[in-house]
Amino acid sequence: MTQHASPPRDSADTLAPAGRTPAWRGLWARADVRTLSLLGVLAALVVIGGVTKPDEFLDTRNLQLVLTQASVIGVVTVGMTFVITSGGIDLSVGAIVALASVWATTVATQEYGFGGILFTAVLVGLGCGLVNGLLIAYGGMVPFIATLAMLASARGLALQITDGRTQIVTVDGVLSLGERDSYVLGVPPLVLVFALVTILGWLVLNRTTFGRRTVAVGGNAEAARLAGIDVRRQRLYLYLLSGLCCGIAAFLLIVLSGSGQNTNGNLYELDAIAAAIIGGTLLSGGRGTITGSVLGVLIFTTITNIFALNNLQSDVQQIAKGAIIVAAVLVQRRTASTT
Amino acid sequence: MAPEPPLLSMSGITKSFPGVRALDGVDLDVQAGEVHCLLGQNGAGKSTLIKVLAGAHQPDDGVIRWRGEPVTLRSPIAAMRLGIATIYQELDLVEHLSVAENVHLGHEPTTTGFVVRGRAAKEATGRLLRRLGHPEIDPGRLVGELSAAQQQIVSMARALSHDVRLIVMDEPSAALDPDEVDNLFRIVGDLTADGVAVVYISHRLEEIRRIGDRVTVLKDGRAVAGGLPAKSTPTREVVALMTGRTVEYVFPERPAPPPGDRGTPVLQVRGLARDGEFEPLDLEVRAGEIVGLAGLVGSGRSEILETVYGARRPTAGQVLVDGRPLRPGSVRAAVRAGLGLAPEERKAQALLMLESVTRNVSVSSLSRFARAGWIDRGAERAAARAATRELSLRPDDPAVPVRTLSGGNQQKAVLARWLLRGCRVLLLDEPTRGVDVGARAELYAVVRRLADEGLAVLLVSSEVPEVLGLADRVLVLREGRVVHTAPAPALDEHRVLDLVMEGSPAS
Repeated sequence: MTQHASPPRDSADTLAPAGRTPAWRGLWARADVRTLSLLGVLAALVVIGGVTKPDEFLDTRNLQLVLTQASVIGVVTVGMTFVITSGGIDLSVGAIVALASVWATTVATQEYGFGGILFTAVLVGLGCGLVNGLLIAYGGMVPFIATLAMLASARGLALQITDGRTQIVTVDGVLSLGERDSYVLGVPPLVLVFALVTILGWLVLNRTTFGRRTVAVGGNAEAARLAGIDVRRQRLYLYLLSGLCCGIAAFLLIVLSGSGQNTNGNLYELDAIAAAIIGGTLLSGGRGTITGSVLGVLIFTTITNIFALNNLQSDVQQIAKGAIIVAAVLVQRRTASTT
Repeated sequence: MAPEPPLLSMSGITKSFPGVRALDGVDLDVQAGEVHCLLGQNGAGKSTLIKVLAGAHQPDDGVIRWRGEPVTLRSPIAAMRLGIATIYQELDLVEHLSVAENVHLGHEPTTTGFVVRGRAAKEATGRLLRRLGHPEIDPGRLVGELSAAQQQIVSMARALSHDVRLIVMDEPSAALDPDEVDNLFRIVGDLTADGVAVVYISHRLEEIRRIGDRVTVLKDGRAVAGGLPAKSTPTREVVALMTGRTVEYVFPERPAPPPGDRGTPVLQVRGLARDGEFEPLDLEVRAGEIVGLAGLVGSGRSEILETVYGARRPTAGQVLVDGRPLRPGSVRAAVRAGLGLAPEERKAQALLMLESVTRNVSVSSLSRFARAGWIDRGAERAAARAATRELSLRPDDPAVPVRTLSGGNQQKAVLARWLLRGCRVLLLDEPTRGVDVGARAELYAVVRRLADEGLAVLLVSSEVPEVLGLADRVLVLREGRVVHTAPAPALDEHRVLDLVMEGSPAS
C-alpha cells in the first residue's frame, strides 16, 4: 500500500541501540508516532465518554463490560493480524466462531462438561483453519476465495446444527466463569484470556522464528522462498493459528452469552480486519503490529459503548467506524511519507 | 528531387536515471521506408532510446524532429498520434481479452461513442491479420490461448491498426522459429515498400544483414556509429564498435594455479534441462573456482541458475553437491545442501524491503539463533554485523533499513546472508546489475575473496567483460545451448560476442 513506508517499529529493533537495553526502555523507544496517536484517540474517547455520560461510562461495571466485549473480537484480531501480516486475509473468522460456538454447545458436547466444551470449540476452530490453510497453501487458492467459501459453509453448518435455535449452556463451570465471583482483582477471566493471547501473540510475532517468517512471507513471498523459507508450510500454520484464535474466541463468547448461536460472530471478519488496519498492520503484508491491533479493537469497542450509552443507533455507529478507518489510514500514509 | 527531411530525427538525446546516465547525447535519424537497425550490448541504452521514442520516457535534453518539425512526445498516446508504434519485447497484451479487443484496445470502433461495435472490430482485425500473413488467427479468440509467435503477430496488428508511419520492433525474432522469422521479414519488407519506417532491434547480426538498410551502434549510452550500411560493414568492425570500452573495470587477480585443476567438484550439474528454456547442460564447479556463463538475454542464463537452485523444476538431469544429488525443484533442499542464490532482480527476489539489514541477512539462518523458535536477538545482531563487516557493507550499521542502501551494498547484504548461512556454492545472477560502476570493482574483489576462501561460484552475466574478467572458466551460451567452453584467459570479448551472435566459433 504505502511505498515509502517507515521501517517497522513494533516488530523491529531498528530503533533500539545495540546491546542489551532494559525492557521498559525498549518499550518506550518503540512507542512510535502511530502507537501514540492510537493511544491519544483512545484517551480522547474515554474523555468523551466521561463527559457525555460521567456516571455510567466510568462506572467499573461498564469498563469491565467494555473490556469483556473487546476480548472476544480481540482474540480473533490477534489471529487476523498474523494472517494479514503474511499478506493473506481470513474472511471466515466470524463464521468459524459461530460454528465452534454451536458445535461446542450441543447437548451431546455439553455432557462432557467444561473440558468438552473448551476442547470442542478449539478443535473446530483448528479444523476450519486447517481446511483454509490446506486450500490456500497447497491447493493454490487465493485466500480471499478460500476463506469466503469457508465463511459460507461454516455458517451453513452452524445453522444446520442449531436449526436456528439458541443452545443454552447448562454446564455450571462454564457459566460461573462469566460471573462476578470469578473476577480476579476486578478483572473478568475473559479479559485475562485476551491479555494472555495478546502477550503471546506479541512475543510470537516479534521474538520468534515463526514471527520472522510470517513477516518475510508477507513482505516478499518470492524472496522468502528463495531464501529457503518453506512458504507454503508457513501459510498453513498461519491459517491454523487464525482458526485456533477463533476457537478460543468462540469459547469466550459461550461464557459471555451462556449459549451458542449460529448468528454469533456476525461481521467479526470486518471488525477484525478494520482493527488490524487502523492499528498499522499493512493490508499488503510485510508489517504487523499486535499492539496496534489491540488498540484498534479497544477503540472500536469503546465507540460502540459510548454510542450505546448515548442512545445512538447502530447505523450511526457504523458510519463513525467507517470514518475512523478512512481517517486512520490517511493519517498513516501521511506520517509514513514524512518520516 | 528536393532533399526531404528524414521522417524522424533525434539529436542530442540525453536521459539520466538516479546514478546512471542512460543516454548521453544520442543522435538517430530514420528515413521513410528504411529498416534502421539499433545494435548494442545490454545496458547500452537501446531500451531507453526506444522508450523516449515511444513517449514513455521524457528526455532530459535533446530535440526530436518529425518530418522536420520539432515535436514533444509527452505520452505514449502523443507518439501514437504522430504514427509511431512500438512493439516491446515483453508483449503488452491483455490475455483475457480477445484478439480483436486487444488490437483495438484504447481505440475501439464505437457507435455514438459508447457502444463497441464488436463485429466491425473483428472484421478490421481479420483484414490486418490477413495482411500480416496469418489468416488462421481467429479475431475472437482469447490472446492467452495463442502461442508466443501468434501473440507477436497480434501485437503487430495492433501497431498497424493505427495509421502508422514508423514501427519500433524490440527483438521481435527472439520468440520465433525460423519459418516465423521469414514471415516476419516478409512483413517488414511489405511495410517498408509502403513507405513505413522500421526501427529494428536485434542481437543477431545475420538478421540485420538480411533486412537492415542502415545500422546505428549504441555503447554506454552514446551512439558510437550512426547510419552505417547494414549489408557491407564488416562484422569485425561492428563488434569492435559495440565492445570498445570507455570504462575499464579492475578485476581481482586469479589465484596462481587455476582452482579448476585441483580438488573435487563441489557442484555438479548433469544433463540438466528445461524444455523450451535450455538444453541438457553439464558443468562442474570446484571449491575456490568461479565459473561464468556468458550469453545474451534469452540465452537461458537465469533459467539455468534458477533451475540449479531448485526454484524451477528441471525436465531432465540432476544437480549434485559433494556428489549427493539434490531433490529436484526444491529450494529448501538446495539451501540445506549449501547453495545460495543472489538473484537477478534483487528487490523482487531477494530483499525484504521493509526490513533492516540485520533481518535481511539473518533470514536464511534464523534457526541458528533460535532455541525452540525463540530468537536470541543479541546473537542475531552480532552475527549479522560480523557478516556485513566482512564484506565492508556501508553504512556499517546493520540496523538501517535495507532499502536505504545503494545497489552495491544491497547486493552485499544478499551475499552476507549466504556468508552467514555458511553456504558452499554461490550462484550469482547479474551480480552488478544496478550497481554503480565505481562500486563494481569492490564487488568483484569480494566475490574473488569468497572463492579464495573455498566457495564454489557460478556466475551469470550479460556483460561479457565481467564474465571474462572475474571467472576462471567460461561457458558461452546461445539460445539455451553451450556453444563453447574455455578458460577465461583464453577468450576475449570479440570472440565471445562472435560466439553468442553467430553461434559458430568464428575464426
